Amino acid sequence: MKKFNELVSLAAATVMAVSMIAGCGAASDGGSSDTFKIGAIGPLTGGAAAYGNAVCNAAELAVEEINAAGGINGYKVEYKKEDDELNAEKSVNAYNTLKDWGMKILVGSTTSACSIAVSENTKADNMFQLTPSGSAEDCVKYDNAFRVCFSDPNQGIASAQYISDNNLATKVGIIYDSSDVYSSGIYQKFTEEAAGKNFEIVSAEAFTQDNNTDFSVQLQKAKDAGADLVFLPIYYKDASLILTQANTMGYAPIFFGVDGLDGILTVENFDTSLAEGVMLLTPFAADATDDLTVNFVKNYQEKYGEIPNQFAADAYDAVYIIKQAIEAKNVTPDMSTSDICEALKSAMTEIEASGLTSAKMTWEANGEPNKEPKAVVIKNGAYVSAQ
Amino acid sequence: MNKTKDNLITYGIVIVAYIILQTLAVTGILSSHMKGLLVPMTYYAVIAVALNLCVGILGELSIGHCGFMCIGAFTSAFFSKLTEASIPAAPRFILAFIIGIAFAALFGFLIGIPVLRLKGDYLAIVTLAFGEIIKNVINAFYIGVDKNGVHFSLKNAMELNMEPDGQLIVNGAMGITGTPHNSSFTVGIIVLLLSLFVVLNLINSRDGRAIMAVRDNYIAAEATGINVTGYKMMAFVISAAIAGAAGVLFSHNITTLTASSQYFGFNASIMILVYVVLGGIGNIRGSVIAACVLYLLPELLRGLNTYRMLIYSIVLIVMMIYTWSPKVLEWRKRTLGKINLPWKKANI
Repeated sequence: MKKFNELVSLAAATVMAVSMIAGCGAASDGGSSDTFKIGAIGPLTGGAAAYGNAVCNAAELAVEEINAAGGINGYKVEYKKEDDELNAEKSVNAYNTLKDWGMKILVGSTTSACSIAVSENTKADNMFQLTPSGSAEDCVKYDNAFRVCFSDPNQGIASAQYISDNNLATKVGIIYDSSDVYSSGIYQKFTEEAAGKNFEIVSAEAFTQDNNTDFSVQLQKAKDAGADLVFLPIYYKDASLILTQANTMGYAPIFFGVDGLDGILTVENFDTSLAEGVMLLTPFAADATDDLTVNFVKNYQEKYGEIPNQFAADAYDAVYIIKQAIEAKNVTPDMSTSDICEALKSAMTEIEASGLTSAKMTWEANGEPNKEPKAVVIKNGAYVSAQ
Repeated sequence: MNKTKDNLITYGIVIVAYIILQTLAVTGILSSHMKGLLVPMTYYAVIAVALNLCVGILGELSIGHCGFMCIGAFTSAFFSKLTEASIPAAPRFILAFIIGIAFAALFGFLIGIPVLRLKGDYLAIVTLAFGEIIKNVINAFYIGVDKNGVHFSLKNAMELNMEPDGQLIVNGAMGITGTPHNSSFTVGIIVLLLSLFVVLNLINSRDGRAIMAVRDNYIAAEATGINVTGYKMMAFVISAAIAGAAGVLFSHNITTLTASSQYFGFNASIMILVYVVLGGIGNIRGSVIAACVLYLLPELLRGLNTYRMLIYSIVLIVMMIYTWSPKVLEWRKRTLGKINLPWKKANI
């Protein structure tokens, strides 16, 4: 018996050794110098797959469009996506895989924690990183990292200002996800910004991803405290349950959300009439009527069979922003990763981009975008501009 | 004699693997993808060794070992973040190890006090709950430091009332970001060798035989005067401490440490248990190899995109059948038994 155990371990050790050497063969120096190699990272499997797929699909769509139109400065773009399963450790692995493939510019990671972990590596390699949707403050703490979306603090501050400026409410209740970086980040900044504004926070109740099915306690507390507006800095799946349960208990305040609420009209088995009057700050609405959005939504839907959300819009913009920055500095693919990064870094603070998520975007050297948040309200099952 | 040789083979495998991989890494033959996988491989091997001590040698099922890893990760990352400016990297990392290991052992001890007195599967239930609780508790912690000292809150970061120059260290669900990147493959291998040394020597010692006696026959062990609870406690605390060491490596390898399910939850603990079961319960060397192979596998299958999940599970099933099915064992005996390798003769 013992002998066979040893044989097994010997066999396993051999397998390990062989698999490692097999892994080594993949190394390449990114030699081909006539294409720009752009990589994207996001959760393509698991619970957050909707976000990762949206980012990776939209980036792919943008790359295909660019190639069809002749590439960037005449150079074609090569594109590759990798899965990180919403796991920072795997995200770094995905980054290393893409680096072996020869990636020179990174669009990613999709989510905040992964993006922060990867930025540690892009900083070490001095690779240009543009995260479409990594919204936590620390995502862009290094000078080689920029983002397309609003940061969490910006969303919290903008929401508080919007509620105050438009006199939407005097008493505000908050329901947020304390186990989620995005949600608790917005909540913190919203609360800080609310001090000294013309409304008062009367209840702030948390839930976690382990108990996100019953919100009656949180809603009851907001109701008892007399909140006439409930702020929901959360993703749309939980929000759809909150709206349904609020309706059941006959509580009808104004519900105000941020960009995570985008997508609420697509939730299966959700009575969209309950979302009437819900307000949200979002950079992108899929049924906007400008040509850019209409074309994007049409092409995306044709190719992937679903309506793109704001993650997709951010990623689509990200690829075009990179194109614009490359053109501004006449970057060529034969430059080293580090030289490309330096050129793009300085280009980012100079360009003024126009895309799906804003007609006018500029960047500070610290990586934060300057763009106006758009408030939309849901009327007759569609987003309508609130102003 | 035989056991010593067996242990030396285990150390030898680890050292040879280290030398080969390190040479490949230094000469630049190893891809960056593989280089990035080396450190995670070592800490998963370390925690698999720890869990095997608990499951295989002590015979108590623990399905919350990632909870101890979580404790080790957070306490050590907290310490490193706090003293990043004041202590140089090498002594700070050693101190971080001591702190992470000590806290994980302490929690192992606290959990052991009530549970290890009981017979049956209570440890599994309690460690399962512990793993989930610790994750949620840490998610609610807000700890900051300014010149007035340490501030603590369970509500939110604003409640800390810190001075403007204060540094927020643990930020609720956002966890600890910016832990210094100290873990390296060499450190990981040293930790793995040390934990192998501790576990293998424990198994071959008087205490280890007592622990295995408790596993094999509780009543007989008690009747011969073995302090059953004491030995159970000893093995469990050592196991928790080694899991804590894995946590220290973990938190100093990636810079964002969040107490979320994918790292420290129930599923993560089960994954470690899978490493142990497929490597062979009670077979320490098997745990190391299984942890490395099973961690590498999904990464090496990246080229197959989403199919890798499918293949990974098929490999798990095949491995399980190959290692444990009586029919297959018989078949292996018939076919492989005919091959007489010279160094095998000693065992026959």
